[in-house]
Amino acid sequence: MSERTKVEVTLAVNGRPYRVRVEPRRTLADTLRDDCGLTGTHLGCEHGVCGACTILADGQPVRACLMFAVQCEGMDLRTVEDLADGDRLHPIQQAFWDNHGLQCGFCTPGFLMLAAGYLEQNPDPGEDELRAVLSSNLCRCTGYQNILKSVRQAAEVMRA
Amino acid sequence: MAPGYYTPALMKPAPFDYHQARSVAEAVTHLGEYGYEAKVLAGGQSLVPAMNFRLARPAVLVDINPLDELDYLEEDGDTLRIGAMVRHVAFERPVTEGPTGRLLTMAAHHVGHLPIRIRGTFGGSLAHADPAAEWCVIALLLDAELSTRSPSGGRDIPAGGFFQTVFTTALEPEELLVEVRLPKLASHTRVGFQQFSRRAGDFALAMAAVAFESDDGRVANARIALGGVSDRPLRAGEAEQALEGQPATDESFRAAAEIAALEIDAIGDIHGSAGYRRDLVRALTRRALEQAIAA
Ligand SMILES: Cc1cc2nc3c(=O)[nH]c(=O)nc-3n(C[C@H](O)[C@H](O)[C@H](O)COP(=O)(O)OP(=O)(O)OC[C@H]3O[C@@H](n4cnc5c(N)ncnc54)[C@H](O)[C@@H]3O)c2cc1C
Ligand code: FES
Ligand code: FES
Repeated sequence: MSERTKVEVTLAVNGRPYRVRVEPRRTLADTLRDDCGLTGTHLGCEHGVCGACTILADGQPVRACLMFAVQCEGMDLRTVEDLADGDRLHPIQQAFWDNHGLQCGFCTPGFLMLAAGYLEQNPDPGEDELRAVLSSNLCRCTGYQNILKSVRQAAEVMRA
Repeated sequence: MAPGYYTPALMKPAPFDYHQARSVAEAVTHLGEYGYEAKVLAGGQSLVPAMNFRLARPAVLVDINPLDELDYLEEDGDTLRIGAMVRHVAFERPVTEGPTGRLLTMAAHHVGHLPIRIRGTFGGSLAHADPAAEWCVIALLLDAELSTRSPSGGRDIPAGGFFQTVFTTALEPEELLVEVRLPKLASHTRVGFQQFSRRAGDFALAMAAVAFESDDGRVANARIALGGVSDRPLRAGEAEQALEGQPATDESFRAAAEIAALEIDAIGDIHGSAGYRRDLVRALTRRALEQAIAA
Protein backbone atom coordinates (compact mmCIF):
# COMPACT_ATOMS: atom_id res chain seq x y z
CA MET A 1 0.00 0.00 0.00
CA SER A 2 1.36 3.39 -0.94
CA GLU A 3 2.36 5.85 1.78
CA ARG A 4 -0.57 8.21 2.20
CA THR A 5 0.22 11.88 2.41
CA LYS A 6 -0.32 13.80 5.58
CA VAL A 7 -2.85 16.56 5.69
CA GLU A 8 -2.83 19.74 7.69
CA VAL A 9 -5.58 20.04 10.25
CA THR A 10 -6.32 22.79 12.74
CA LEU A 11 -8.04 21.56 15.88
CA ALA A 12 -9.61 23.82 18.49
CA VAL A 13 -8.81 22.09 21.77
CA ASN A 14 -9.64 23.68 25.11
CA GLY A 15 -10.03 27.02 23.37
CA ARG A 16 -6.59 26.91 21.69
CA PRO A 17 -5.79 26.20 18.06
CA TYR A 18 -3.46 23.26 17.37
CA ARG A 19 -2.05 22.98 13.88
CA VAL A 20 -1.02 19.41 13.16
CA ARG A 21 0.01 17.32 10.15
CA VAL A 22 -1.54 13.88 10.31
CA GLU A 23 -2.41 10.96 8.09
CA PRO A 24 -6.19 10.64 7.61
CA ARG A 25 -6.08 7.37 9.55
CA ARG A 26 -4.88 9.13 12.69
CA THR A 27 -7.63 8.91 15.30
CA LEU A 28 -8.60 11.99 17.26
CA ALA A 29 -7.41 10.27 20.46
CA ASP A 30 -3.93 9.59 19.05
CA THR A 31 -3.75 13.11 17.64
CA LEU A 32 -4.62 14.67 20.98
CA ARG A 33 -2.04 12.55 22.77
CA ASP A 34 0.83 12.41 20.30
CA ASP A 35 0.48 15.54 18.17
CA CYS A 36 -1.06 17.98 20.65
CA GLY A 37 0.77 16.56 23.68
CA LEU A 38 -2.48 16.30 25.63
CA THR A 39 -1.97 12.91 27.24
CA GLY A 40 -4.82 13.28 29.72
CA THR A 41 -7.06 11.51 27.24
CA HIS A 42 -6.44 7.81 27.79
CA LEU A 43 -6.75 4.83 25.48
CA GLY A 44 -8.02 1.54 26.85
CA CYS A 45 -9.65 -0.54 24.16
CA GLU A 46 -9.58 1.58 21.00
CA HIS A 47 -12.90 0.19 19.87
CA GLY A 48 -15.49 2.23 21.69
CA VAL A 49 -16.18 -0.04 24.63
CA CYS A 50 -14.25 1.28 27.64
CA GLY A 51 -14.79 5.04 27.42
CA ALA A 52 -11.31 6.00 28.70
CA CYS A 53 -10.92 8.25 25.63
CA THR A 54 -14.18 10.16 26.20
CA ILE A 55 -13.86 13.89 25.43
CA LEU A 56 -16.36 16.61 24.58
CA ALA A 57 -16.98 17.54 20.96
CA ASP A 58 -19.22 20.58 20.66
CA GLY A 59 -20.20 20.00 24.27
CA GLN A 60 -21.19 16.36 23.86
CA PRO A 61 -19.34 13.31 25.21
CA VAL A 62 -17.87 11.18 22.40
CA ARG A 63 -15.32 8.38 21.99
CA ALA A 64 -12.14 10.01 20.65
CA CYS A 65 -10.86 6.59 19.50
CA LEU A 66 -13.75 6.36 17.01
CA MET A 67 -13.18 9.67 15.25
CA PHE A 68 -10.43 10.77 12.91
CA ALA A 69 -8.65 14.08 13.42
CA VAL A 70 -9.40 15.07 9.81
CA GLN A 71 -13.11 15.01 10.70
CA CYS A 72 -12.77 17.43 13.58
CA GLU A 73 -11.80 20.74 12.03
CA GLY A 74 -14.22 23.40 13.23
CA MET A 75 -15.35 21.42 16.26
CA ASP A 76 -15.04 22.78 19.77
CA LEU A 77 -13.03 20.02 21.50
CA ARG A 78 -12.55 19.80 25.25
CA THR A 79 -10.31 17.38 27.11
CA VAL A 80 -9.67 16.66 30.79
CA GLU A 81 -6.85 19.24 30.76
CA ASP A 82 -9.52 21.93 30.48
CA LEU A 83 -11.36 21.10 33.70
CA ALA A 84 -9.14 22.52 36.44
CA ASP A 85 -8.67 26.26 36.75
CA GLY A 86 -4.96 26.47 37.59
CA ASP A 87 -4.63 24.71 40.93
CA ARG A 88 -8.36 24.84 41.57
CA LEU A 89 -10.01 21.54 40.76
CA HIS A 90 -13.28 21.47 38.84
CA PRO A 91 -16.21 20.46 41.09
CA ILE A 92 -16.32 17.08 39.38
CA GLN A 93 -12.60 16.50 40.02
CA GLN A 94 -12.98 17.66 43.63
CA ALA A 95 -15.90 15.29 44.10
CA PHE A 96 -13.84 12.34 42.80
CA TRP A 97 -11.10 13.34 45.25
CA ASP A 98 -13.52 13.65 48.18
CA ASN A 99 -15.37 10.38 47.52
CA HIS A 100 -12.52 8.08 46.51
CA GLY A 101 -13.90 8.13 42.98
CA LEU A 102 -10.60 6.89 41.60
CA GLN A 103 -7.99 4.33 42.47
CA CYS A 104 -5.43 3.84 39.68
CA GLY A 105 -6.96 6.76 37.74
CA PHE A 106 -6.76 5.20 34.31
CA CYS A 107 -10.47 5.48 33.58
CA THR A 108 -10.86 8.81 35.39
CA PRO A 109 -10.39 11.30 32.52
CA GLY A 110 -13.11 9.50 30.58
CA PHE A 111 -15.52 9.48 33.52
CA LEU A 112 -14.80 13.15 34.25
CA MET A 113 -15.54 14.22 30.69
CA LEU A 114 -18.60 11.98 30.45
CA ALA A 115 -19.95 13.52 33.66
CA ALA A 116 -19.00 17.06 32.61
CA GLY A 117 -20.77 16.77 29.27
CA TYR A 118 -23.80 15.17 30.82
CA LEU A 119 -24.20 17.46 33.85
CA GLU A 120 -23.81 20.60 31.77
CA GLN A 121 -26.92 19.58 29.83
CA ASN A 122 -28.76 17.77 32.65
CA PRO A 123 -27.93 19.52 35.92
CA ASP A 124 -30.40 17.51 38.01
CA PRO A 125 -30.42 13.89 36.80
CA GLY A 126 -32.50 11.18 38.47
CA GLU A 127 -30.74 8.19 40.02
CA ASP A 128 -31.68 5.74 37.24
CA GLU A 129 -30.68 8.20 34.57
CA LEU A 130 -27.30 8.81 36.19
CA ARG A 131 -26.64 5.08 36.49
CA ALA A 132 -27.53 4.57 32.85
CA VAL A 133 -25.18 7.34 31.74
CA LEU A 134 -22.28 6.17 33.92
CA SER A 135 -22.69 2.63 32.58
CA SER A 136 -21.16 4.03 29.37
CA ASN A 137 -17.62 3.72 30.77
CA LEU A 138 -15.64 0.93 32.39
CA CYS A 139 -13.59 1.09 35.57
CA ARG A 140 -11.57 -1.95 36.53
CA CYS A 141 -10.55 -1.06 40.05
CA THR A 142 -12.41 1.63 42.01
CA GLY A 143 -15.85 0.10 41.65
CA TYR A 144 -18.78 2.10 40.45
CA GLN A 145 -20.43 3.09 43.74
CA ASN A 146 -17.87 5.75 44.57
CA ILE A 147 -17.95 7.05 41.01
CA LEU A 148 -21.72 7.41 41.26
CA LYS A 149 -21.36 9.11 44.63
CA SER A 150 -18.77 11.51 43.20
CA VAL A 151 -20.92 12.52 40.27
CA ARG A 152 -23.95 12.95 42.52
CA GLN A 153 -21.95 15.30 44.77
CA ALA A 154 -20.60 17.18 41.75
CA ALA A 155 -24.13 17.68 40.44
CA GLU A 156 -25.17 19.20 43.76
CA VAL A 157 -22.17 21.51 43.92
CA MET A 158 -22.57 22.60 40.31
CA ARG A 159 -26.28 23.36 40.84
CA ALA A 160 -25.57 25.51 43.90
CA MET B 1 12.54 -9.01 19.41
CA ALA B 2 12.96 -10.28 15.85
CA PRO B 3 10.37 -8.86 13.52
CA GLY B 4 7.72 -11.41 12.71
CA TYR B 5 8.45 -13.36 15.87
CA TYR B 6 6.09 -11.32 17.97
CA THR B 7 3.48 -9.13 16.35
CA PRO B 8 1.75 -6.79 18.74
CA ALA B 9 -1.99 -6.58 18.30
CA LEU B 10 -2.69 -3.89 15.71
CA MET B 11 -5.21 -1.39 16.94
CA LYS B 12 -4.65 1.29 14.30
CA PRO B 13 -6.47 1.49 10.99
CA ALA B 14 -4.72 0.77 7.71
CA PRO B 15 -4.03 3.85 5.54
CA PHE B 16 -6.87 5.30 3.49
CA ASP B 17 -7.69 8.34 1.41
CA TYR B 18 -10.24 10.63 2.97
CA HIS B 19 -12.99 12.50 1.16
CA GLN B 20 -15.33 14.83 2.94
CA ALA B 21 -18.58 14.93 0.98
CA ARG B 22 -20.15 18.37 0.58
CA SER B 23 -23.36 17.06 -0.96
CA VAL B 24 -25.18 13.79 -1.55
CA ALA B 25 -24.30 14.09 -5.24
CA GLU B 26 -20.62 14.42 -4.43
CA ALA B 27 -20.71 11.44 -2.04
CA VAL B 28 -22.38 9.30 -4.68
CA THR B 29 -19.84 10.35 -7.31
CA HIS B 30 -17.02 9.21 -5.04
CA LEU B 31 -18.77 5.90 -4.35
CA GLY B 32 -19.26 5.35 -8.06
CA GLU B 33 -15.62 6.11 -8.73
CA TYR B 34 -14.11 3.82 -6.08
CA GLY B 35 -16.75 1.05 -5.81
CA TYR B 36 -15.66 -1.77 -3.51
CA GLU B 37 -12.54 0.18 -2.45
CA ALA B 38 -14.63 2.80 -0.68
CA LYS B 39 -16.71 2.89 2.48
CA VAL B 40 -19.18 5.48 3.66
CA LEU B 41 -18.21 6.97 7.03
CA ALA B 42 -21.33 7.92 9.00
CA GLY B 43 -21.21 7.90 12.83
CA GLY B 44 -18.17 5.63 12.72
CA GLN B 45 -19.37 3.68 15.77
CA SER B 46 -19.23 0.36 13.92
CA LEU B 47 -16.91 1.09 11.01
CA VAL B 48 -14.05 2.63 13.01
CA PRO B 49 -13.83 -0.22 15.55
CA ALA B 50 -13.72 -2.64 12.60
CA MET B 51 -10.97 -0.53 11.00
CA ASN B 52 -8.99 -0.33 14.26
CA PHE B 53 -9.08 -4.14 14.39
CA ARG B 54 -8.27 -4.18 10.66
CA LEU B 55 -11.33 -6.30 10.04
CA ALA B 56 -12.19 -3.54 7.55
CA ARG B 57 -9.47 -1.96 5.39
CA PRO B 58 -11.21 0.45 3.03
CA ALA B 59 -8.79 2.28 0.72
CA VAL B 60 -11.11 5.29 0.61
CA LEU B 61 -13.48 6.79 3.16
CA VAL B 62 -16.32 9.03 2.06
CA ASP B 63 -17.31 11.05 5.14
CA ILE B 64 -20.98 12.03 5.06
CA ASN B 65 -21.01 13.77 8.46
CA PRO B 66 -21.09 17.24 6.90
CA LEU B 67 -24.34 16.41 5.07
CA ASP B 68 -26.97 18.33 7.03
CA GLU B 69 -29.32 17.56 4.16
CA LEU B 70 -29.47 13.98 5.50
CA ASP B 71 -30.17 15.06 9.09
CA TYR B 72 -33.94 15.54 9.25
CA LEU B 73 -37.04 14.04 10.80
CA GLU B 74 -40.25 14.86 8.96
CA GLU B 75 -43.86 13.81 9.30
CA ASP B 76 -45.42 13.32 5.93
CA GLY B 77 -49.05 12.32 6.47
CA ASP B 78 -48.94 8.79 7.86
CA THR B 79 -45.22 8.41 7.25
CA LEU B 80 -42.24 9.35 9.39
CA ARG B 81 -39.31 10.25 7.17
CA ILE B 82 -35.88 9.81 8.77
CA GLY B 83 -32.76 11.16 7.09
CA ALA B 84 -29.88 8.67 7.12
CA MET B 85 -27.71 10.94 9.30
CA VAL B 86 -30.14 11.37 12.19
CA ARG B 87 -28.20 10.32 15.31
CA HIS B 88 -29.54 7.64 17.67
CA VAL B 89 -29.80 10.17 20.49
CA ALA B 90 -32.57 12.04 18.64
CA PHE B 91 -34.99 9.20 19.45
CA GLU B 92 -34.45 9.24 23.21
CA ARG B 93 -37.52 11.47 23.36
CA PRO B 94 -40.54 10.74 21.15
CA VAL B 95 -40.03 12.23 17.68
CA THR B 96 -43.68 11.77 16.78
CA GLU B 97 -46.88 11.50 18.81
CA GLY B 98 -48.42 8.10 19.39
CA PRO B 99 -47.18 4.51 19.40
CA THR B 100 -44.49 4.89 16.70
CA GLY B 101 -42.66 7.58 18.68
CA ARG B 102 -43.07 5.59 21.90
CA LEU B 103 -41.67 2.43 20.33
CA LEU B 104 -38.66 4.28 18.88
CA THR B 105 -37.94 5.74 22.32
CA MET B 106 -38.16 2.35 24.03
CA ALA B 107 -35.64 0.94 21.56
CA ALA B 108 -33.33 3.99 21.52
CA HIS B 109 -32.33 3.58 25.16
CA HIS B 110 -30.92 0.14 24.36
CA VAL B 111 -28.64 1.28 21.52
CA GLY B 112 -25.16 1.18 23.08
CA HIS B 113 -24.35 3.98 25.51
CA LEU B 114 -24.88 7.73 25.45
CA PRO B 115 -21.57 8.63 23.69
CA ILE B 116 -22.30 5.95 21.07
CA ARG B 117 -25.81 7.33 20.56
CA ILE B 118 -24.47 10.84 20.18
CA ARG B 119 -22.39 9.84 17.12
CA GLY B 120 -24.08 6.75 15.68
CA THR B 121 -26.73 7.24 13.00
CA PHE B 122 -30.04 5.61 12.13
CA GLY B 123 -28.96 5.03 8.53
CA GLY B 124 -25.57 3.68 9.58
CA SER B 125 -27.21 1.13 11.83
CA LEU B 126 -29.41 -0.20 9.01
CA ALA B 127 -26.53 -0.19 6.49
CA HIS B 128 -24.31 -2.03 8.98
CA ALA B 129 -27.03 -4.66 9.57
CA ASP B 130 -25.90 -6.18 12.82
CA PRO B 131 -28.50 -8.90 13.49
CA ALA B 132 -28.85 -7.54 17.03
CA ALA B 133 -29.29 -3.87 16.06
CA GLU B 134 -32.43 -2.34 17.52
CA TRP B 135 -33.12 -0.13 14.49
CA CYS B 136 -32.98 -3.09 12.11
CA VAL B 137 -35.61 -4.90 14.17
CA ILE B 138 -37.82 -1.77 14.33
CA ALA B 139 -37.46 -1.20 10.57
CA LEU B 140 -38.59 -4.76 9.91
CA LEU B 141 -41.45 -4.55 12.42
CA LEU B 142 -42.81 -1.35 10.87
CA ASP B 143 -42.29 -2.43 7.24
CA ALA B 144 -39.96 0.48 6.60
CA GLU B 145 -39.00 1.56 3.11
CA LEU B 146 -35.42 2.61 2.42
CA SER B 147 -34.30 5.03 -0.29
CA THR B 148 -30.88 5.09 -1.88
CA ARG B 149 -28.95 7.30 -4.28
CA SER B 150 -26.36 5.96 -6.67
CA PRO B 151 -24.59 7.18 -9.82
CA SER B 152 -27.40 5.58 -11.85
CA GLY B 153 -30.17 7.28 -9.86
CA GLY B 154 -31.48 5.46 -6.83
CA ARG B 155 -34.20 3.08 -5.69
CA ASP B 156 -36.59 2.17 -2.90
CA ILE B 157 -36.05 -1.07 -0.99
CA PRO B 158 -38.55 -2.59 1.46
CA ALA B 159 -37.04 -3.56 4.83
CA GLY B 160 -38.21 -7.14 4.23
CA GLY B 161 -35.78 -7.45 1.31
CA PHE B 162 -32.99 -5.31 2.71
CA PHE B 163 -31.36 -7.47 5.40
CA GLN B 164 -29.63 -10.46 3.82
CA THR B 165 -27.28 -11.91 6.41
CA VAL B 166 -24.80 -10.76 9.06
CA PHE B 167 -23.49 -7.29 8.10
CA THR B 168 -24.89 -7.80 4.60
CA THR B 169 -27.71 -5.85 2.96
CA ALA B 170 -29.16 -5.23 -0.48
CA LEU B 171 -26.99 -2.08 -0.76
CA GLU B 172 -24.52 -2.03 -3.65
CA PRO B 173 -21.07 -0.53 -2.97
CA GLU B 174 -21.89 2.61 -4.96
CA GLU B 175 -25.23 3.11 -3.23
CA LEU B 176 -25.80 5.63 -0.47
CA LEU B 177 -28.70 5.09 1.91
CA VAL B 178 -30.38 8.50 2.18
CA GLU B 179 -33.77 8.03 3.82
CA VAL B 180 -35.81 5.57 5.84
CA ARG B 181 -39.59 5.89 5.80
CA LEU B 182 -41.61 4.40 8.64
CA PRO B 183 -45.36 4.00 8.02
CA LYS B 184 -46.81 5.22 11.31
CA LEU B 185 -48.81 2.81 13.44
CA ALA B 186 -52.50 3.58 13.95
CA SER B 187 -52.94 5.75 17.06
CA HIS B 188 -54.56 2.98 19.14
CA THR B 189 -51.80 0.44 18.38
CA ARG B 190 -50.16 -1.14 21.40
CA VAL B 191 -46.39 -1.55 21.36
CA GLY B 192 -43.79 -3.40 23.39
CA PHE B 193 -40.02 -3.79 23.28
CA GLN B 194 -37.93 -6.18 25.36
CA GLN B 195 -34.33 -7.31 25.15
CA PHE B 196 -31.74 -9.16 27.15
CA SER B 197 -28.04 -8.35 27.31
CA ARG B 198 -25.47 -9.32 29.89
CA ARG B 199 -24.34 -5.76 30.63
CA ALA B 200 -26.13 -2.45 30.09
CA GLY B 201 -25.42 -1.14 26.60
CA ASP B 202 -24.08 -4.38 25.15
CA PHE B 203 -25.53 -5.80 21.98
CA ALA B 204 -28.49 -7.94 23.03
CA LEU B 205 -28.46 -11.74 22.99
CA ALA B 206 -32.07 -11.49 21.87
CA MET B 207 -34.81 -8.90 21.53
CA ALA B 208 -38.50 -8.78 20.68
CA ALA B 209 -40.51 -5.83 19.34
CA VAL B 210 -44.29 -6.13 19.03
CA ALA B 211 -47.23 -4.07 17.82
CA PHE B 212 -50.91 -4.97 17.68
CA GLU B 213 -54.40 -3.51 18.06
CA SER B 214 -56.98 -4.81 20.52
CA ASP B 215 -60.01 -2.53 20.33
CA ASP B 216 -62.58 -5.16 21.28
CA GLY B 217 -60.28 -7.26 23.44
CA ARG B 218 -59.15 -9.27 20.41
CA VAL B 219 -55.79 -8.99 18.71
CA ALA B 220 -55.64 -7.47 15.24
CA ASN B 221 -52.74 -6.60 12.95
CA ALA B 222 -50.25 -8.44 15.15
CA ARG B 223 -46.58 -7.93 14.37
CA ILE B 224 -43.62 -9.52 16.10
CA ALA B 225 -39.99 -8.86 15.11
CA LEU B 226 -36.98 -10.54 16.68
CA GLY B 227 -33.31 -9.58 16.76
CA GLY B 228 -30.05 -11.13 17.86
CA VAL B 229 -31.23 -14.69 17.35
CA SER B 230 -30.37 -15.34 13.71
CA ASP B 231 -28.14 -13.95 10.95
CA ARG B 232 -30.58 -11.05 10.44
CA PRO B 233 -33.66 -9.58 12.06
CA LEU B 234 -36.72 -11.79 11.62
CA ARG B 235 -40.49 -11.51 11.67
CA ALA B 236 -42.19 -14.29 13.62
CA GLY B 237 -44.83 -14.84 10.94
CA GLU B 238 -46.41 -17.98 12.40
CA ALA B 239 -46.74 -16.44 15.84
CA GLU B 240 -48.27 -13.30 14.30
CA GLN B 241 -50.88 -15.42 12.49
CA ALA B 242 -51.63 -17.46 15.58
CA LEU B 243 -52.31 -14.29 17.57
CA GLU B 244 -54.66 -12.76 15.02
CA GLY B 245 -58.23 -12.62 16.30
CA GLN B 246 -57.33 -14.21 19.66
CA PRO B 247 -58.37 -12.63 22.95
CA ALA B 248 -55.61 -10.31 24.20
CA THR B 249 -54.86 -12.42 27.26
CA ASP B 250 -51.76 -13.80 28.90
CA GLU B 251 -52.76 -17.24 27.67
CA SER B 252 -52.76 -16.18 24.00
CA PHE B 253 -49.51 -14.31 24.52
CA ARG B 254 -47.87 -17.36 26.03
CA ALA B 255 -49.03 -19.53 23.15
CA ALA B 256 -47.75 -17.03 20.55
CA ALA B 257 -44.40 -16.75 22.33
CA GLU B 258 -44.07 -20.54 22.26
CA ILE B 259 -44.69 -20.57 18.51
CA ALA B 260 -42.16 -17.76 17.98
CA ALA B 261 -39.52 -19.70 19.90
CA LEU B 262 -40.08 -22.79 17.76
CA GLU B 263 -40.46 -21.21 14.33
CA ILE B 264 -37.14 -19.35 14.27
CA ASP B 265 -33.83 -20.77 13.15
CA ALA B 266 -31.80 -19.69 16.18
CA ILE B 267 -28.01 -19.53 16.09
CA GLY B 268 -25.61 -20.50 18.84
CA ASP B 269 -22.26 -18.79 19.48
CA ILE B 270 -19.92 -18.11 22.40
CA HIS B 271 -22.47 -15.71 23.90
CA GLY B 272 -25.26 -18.25 24.07
CA SER B 273 -26.42 -21.55 22.57
CA ALA B 274 -29.27 -21.81 20.07
CA GLY B 275 -31.42 -23.38 22.77
CA TYR B 276 -30.72 -20.55 25.16
CA ARG B 277 -31.68 -18.03 22.49
CA ARG B 278 -34.96 -19.89 21.90
CA ASP B 279 -35.68 -19.63 25.61
CA LEU B 280 -34.95 -15.91 25.46
CA VAL B 281 -37.27 -15.46 22.47
CA ARG B 282 -40.05 -17.26 24.34
CA ALA B 283 -39.64 -15.07 27.43
CA LEU B 284 -39.03 -11.77 25.66
CA THR B 285 -41.90 -12.17 23.19
CA ARG B 286 -44.32 -12.90 26.02
CA ARG B 287 -43.03 -9.98 28.06
CA ALA B 288 -43.22 -7.58 25.13
CA LEU B 289 -46.84 -8.60 24.44
CA GLU B 290 -47.74 -8.20 28.13
CA GLN B 291 -45.94 -4.86 28.27
CA ALA B 292 -47.92 -3.68 25.22
CA ILE B 293 -51.32 -4.59 26.68
CA ALA B 294 -50.47 -3.17 30.12
CA ALA B 295 -49.47 0.25 28.81
C1 LIG C 1 -19.51 0.08 22.52
C2 LIG C 1 -20.55 0.02 21.44
C3 LIG C 1 -21.80 -0.53 21.74
C4 LIG C 1 -22.79 -0.58 20.75
N1 LIG C 1 -24.00 -1.13 21.07
C5 LIG C 1 -24.97 -1.18 20.13
C6 LIG C 1 -26.25 -1.73 20.43
O1 LIG C 1 -26.52 -2.17 21.54
N2 LIG C 1 -27.18 -1.74 19.45
C7 LIG C 1 -26.92 -1.25 18.19
O2 LIG C 1 -27.80 -1.27 17.35
N3 LIG C 1 -25.73 -0.73 17.88
C8 LIG C 1 -24.74 -0.68 18.82
N4 LIG C 1 -23.53 -0.15 18.48
C9 LIG C 1 -23.29 0.28 17.07
C10 LIG C 1 -23.81 1.66 16.81
O3 LIG C 1 -25.22 1.71 16.94
C11 LIG C 1 -23.45 2.19 15.42
O4 LIG C 1 -23.72 3.55 15.48
C12 LIG C 1 -24.21 1.62 14.24
O5 LIG C 1 -24.12 0.22 14.18
C13 LIG C 1 -23.62 2.14 12.91
O6 LIG C 1 -23.98 3.45 12.67
P1 LIG C 1 -22.86 4.54 12.35
O7 LIG C 1 -23.59 5.76 11.94
O8 LIG C 1 -21.95 4.64 13.49
O9 LIG C 1 -22.19 3.91 11.05
P2 LIG C 1 -20.68 3.68 10.63
O10 LIG C 1 -19.93 2.97 11.69
O11 LIG C 1 -20.11 4.95 10.11
O12 LIG C 1 -20.90 2.72 9.38
C14 LIG C 1 -21.31 1.37 9.54
C15 LIG C 1 -21.41 0.70 8.16
O13 LIG C 1 -22.51 1.20 7.42
C16 LIG C 1 -22.07 1.87 6.22
N5 LIG C 1 -22.90 3.08 6.10
C17 LIG C 1 -23.13 4.00 7.08
N6 LIG C 1 -24.00 4.93 6.65
C18 LIG C 1 -24.32 4.60 5.37
C19 LIG C 1 -25.18 5.19 4.38
N7 LIG C 1 -25.91 6.29 4.65
N8 LIG C 1 -25.27 4.59 3.17
C20 LIG C 1 -24.55 3.46 2.90
N9 LIG C 1 -23.73 2.87 3.80
C21 LIG C 1 -23.61 3.43 5.01
C22 LIG C 1 -20.59 2.13 6.43
O14 LIG C 1 -19.91 2.20 5.21
C23 LIG C 1 -20.18 0.95 7.28
O15 LIG C 1 -19.97 -0.17 6.49
C24 LIG C 1 -22.52 -0.08 19.44
C25 LIG C 1 -21.28 0.49 19.15
C26 LIG C 1 -20.29 0.53 20.14
C27 LIG C 1 -18.96 1.13 19.80
S1 FES D 1 -10.25 3.71 24.10
FE1 FES D 1 -11.96 4.69 23.22
S2 FES D 1 -13.58 3.64 24.14
FE2 FES D 1 -11.88 2.49 24.88
S1 FES E 1 -9.67 3.89 38.76
FE1 FES E 1 -8.54 2.23 37.93
S2 FES E 1 -9.73 1.72 36.20
FE2 FES E 1 -10.99 3.11 37.19
